Amino acid sequence: MTSQSPVIEELLDGSYEYGFSTDLDTDIAPPGLNEDVVRLISAKKGEPEWLLEWRLKAFAAWQAMDEPDWAKLDIEPIDYQSISYWAAPKPKPTLDSMDDVDPEIREMFDKLGIPLHEQKMLSNVAIDAVVDSVSVTTTFKATLAEAGVIFCSFSEAVREHPDLVREHLGSVVPFRDNYFAALNSAVFSDGSFCYIPTGVRCPMELSTYFRINSQNTGQFERTLIVAEDDSYVSYLEGCTAPMRDENQLHAAVVELVAKDRATIKYSTVQNWYPGDDNGVGGIYNFVTKRGRAHTDAKISWTQVETGSAITWKYPSVILQGDRSVGEFYSVALSNKRQQADTGTKMVHIGADTSSTVISKGISAGHGRNTYRGLVKMLRSADNARNYTQCDSLLIGKECAANTIPYIEVKNPTGQVEHEASTSTVGEDQLYYCRQRGMTEEDAMAMIVNGFCREVFGELPMEFAVEAQRLLSVSLEGSVG
Amino acid sequence: MLHVENLTVSIGDKRILRGLDLDVRPGEVHAIMGPNGSGKSTFAHALAGREGYDVGGTATLDGADLLEMEPEERAAAGVFMGFQYPVEIPGVNNMYFLRTALNSVRQARGEDEVSAREFLEVAKRAMQLVDMNPDFLQRSVNAGFSGGEKKRNEILQMAVMEPRLAVLDETDSGLDIDALKVVASGVHALRGPERSMVVITHYQRLLEYITPDFVHVLVDGRIVESGDSSLALHLDDHGYAQFLAVAPGDEQRSLAATRS
Ligand SMILES: Nc1ncnc2c1ncn2[C@@H]1O[C@H](COP(=O)(O)OP(=O)(O)OP(=O)(O)O)[C@@H](O)[C@H]1O
Ligand SMILES: [Mg+2]
Repeated sequence: MTSQSPVIEELLDGSYEYGFSTDLDTDIAPPGLNEDVVRLISAKKGEPEWLLEWRLKAFAAWQAMDEPDWAKLDIEPIDYQSISYWAAPKPKPTLDSMDDVDPEIREMFDKLGIPLHEQKMLSNVAIDAVVDSVSVTTTFKATLAEAGVIFCSFSEAVREHPDLVREHLGSVVPFRDNYFAALNSAVFSDGSFCYIPTGVRCPMELSTYFRINSQNTGQFERTLIVAEDDSYVSYLEGCTAPMRDENQLHAAVVELVAKDRATIKYSTVQNWYPGDDNGVGGIYNFVTKRGRAHTDAKISWTQVETGSAITWKYPSVILQGDRSVGEFYSVALSNKRQQADTGTKMVHIGADTSSTVISKGISAGHGRNTYRGLVKMLRSADNARNYTQCDSLLIGKECAANTIPYIEVKNPTGQVEHEASTSTVGEDQLYYCRQRGMTEEDAMAMIVNGFCREVFGELPMEFAVEAQRLLSVSLEGSVG
Repeated sequence: MLHVENLTVSIGDKRILRGLDLDVRPGEVHAIMGPNGSGKSTFAHALAGREGYDVGGTATLDGADLLEMEPEERAAAGVFMGFQYPVEIPGVNNMYFLRTALNSVRQARGEDEVSAREFLEVAKRAMQLVDMNPDFLQRSVNAGFSGGEKKRNEILQMAVMEPRLAVLDETDSGLDIDALKVVASGVHALRGPERSMVVITHYQRLLEYITPDFVHVLVDGRIVESGDSSLALHLDDHGYAQFLAVAPGDEQRSLAATRS
């Protein structure tokens, strides 16, 4: 027997089922990044002057920055000049209805199990489909418009609702925030925009589905969600990519604004291509996600991260208003050679603010999983409370897990509670389940899903089922 | 129905079972007693299919070769093992676990799955049998259960799975007097003409409730004595001393000497 039981090894030896690429006629810029490329992107999109200027400022800021120190990540240097910063599926100048969607794109999404035809879709989820950073279609627009909800591609929002975009763009994640946020601000090509007016409860789940298709392209989307006073929205994000030998760069920015008494629930199921068994290929996923919660507002991040060669993201909440609430529920899986460095930042500014962090890290194969979380309570944050729970699950003997909490409390009335645990999926557990008639795959899936239960409970129903399945697949061949 | 012949088990270069013979006919209950470390649990696991054992000899259930099967195939064939140390599975709902287990064996046998509603009925009946609080169905599998509660849960599972052969490894250990009665009567109720049981125990007490058809004494990886339920009483009084440090082949003589 080797260091790891053959049973577990076999279970972890899986394949990526979304690894196909679609032959789309694509408009693609030559690799390389300079001011002209930034101008080209802005021009291609017919953007107003103020946005171009904003991009150029971001580009200048990016050039002056150093790449982050990779801490726990083992990463090949990224050559930013070898990447193409603009790729868009070619046909269709403007889309008036779903029927105008390129059939090949529609087929691609069908293959992914996400039909774009409204009749065929889940009746309560509106989808914005993004291919290679460009929004190709948004469904259920009319229904949403009736409620006053704006849900469209970022480019369309720039055209149709420039004031809203201008007011909020960069208001939560300024372009100077970090290296990848600056890069994104300079070259972002599209993404989703969503606006919920005062007092409106969004009548359906909003969802963006991101698909990387082209080769050698970076994907840089921006999502901006603004929830006015007393509104509610639940937003879902899903991601896949084809199998490629090269690593592909994905650097997105998500900004959430929850005004007084508003609630934003943001859920992600990230399943970018993780690379092969030897760590060749896969997506580098560097994402900046942050929300600002005003008085009595609530922002809740739920993420299930099973893909990408490298995941580097810390969905955060600025608890600005009194009594605002921040939540972070995370499942991060690292299998094969995957590395995940993820966690959250909860910044308490208002009084009586509270935050909850539940993180479940699963390491399998040679995977490495790091939880990195910051809880910060400023002097103004009277009676702020945080509860953090970080659990790590190890499958096999070659993987690793780290938990790195940072706690800064400037107000003596602040309360911070931190719990951490590490456990292993034992042969004993698998054997016990098998003695009761379950296959190895079913047993592993059951054990791992049990470990993630608190987080899956936070996902909307359809997503919870999908997340469980995904986790099983990622483990089974990646575990069953 | 269960036929075991010259069964040997080694772990690494340690020999634990050294040629064990046992025949169990339909409806029979056989008790196995023996000192700590004599190989009782190892025998149970060898029947259930635990990995890492080097197994020789024969073990068949209704003629089918158990030793060739994966653990889940043995379960489908009707083997149920009550664990001496039931395993905790945090976050997995006990009821869901039970239903998945039942449906897994049903599926493997080509039977229809039971619906959630049908299962509820099955579970309810089983719960009554072991006098278990329904709250336990909503908790995680064995997580935070007391020692006795875990054992009850094993019998609950057995009641749901309705096995052909139940191998119960020290199901009575760690039970208080009342729980012992409940579990024992539960086991007794599950006896049937088509179901056989191998009950591993250290205590004569359990056998008062479940009168076994045969009692076997396992010492040092071998059955050194078999008899009816009176053998258990004898062991209770005299312990295993007479079987220890006995050269192979001498067992009968020395036993006869102490019993006379
Ligand atoms: N994985 C293992 N590796 C090495 N030795 C083992 C292993 N499993 C069991 N043994 C040894 O095999 C012998 C028999 O163990 P077993 O658990 O079958 O005993 P038992 O009769 O059930 O004892 P008890 O009455 O204490 O439950 C013991 O000496 C034990 O230490
Ligand atoms: Mg034992």
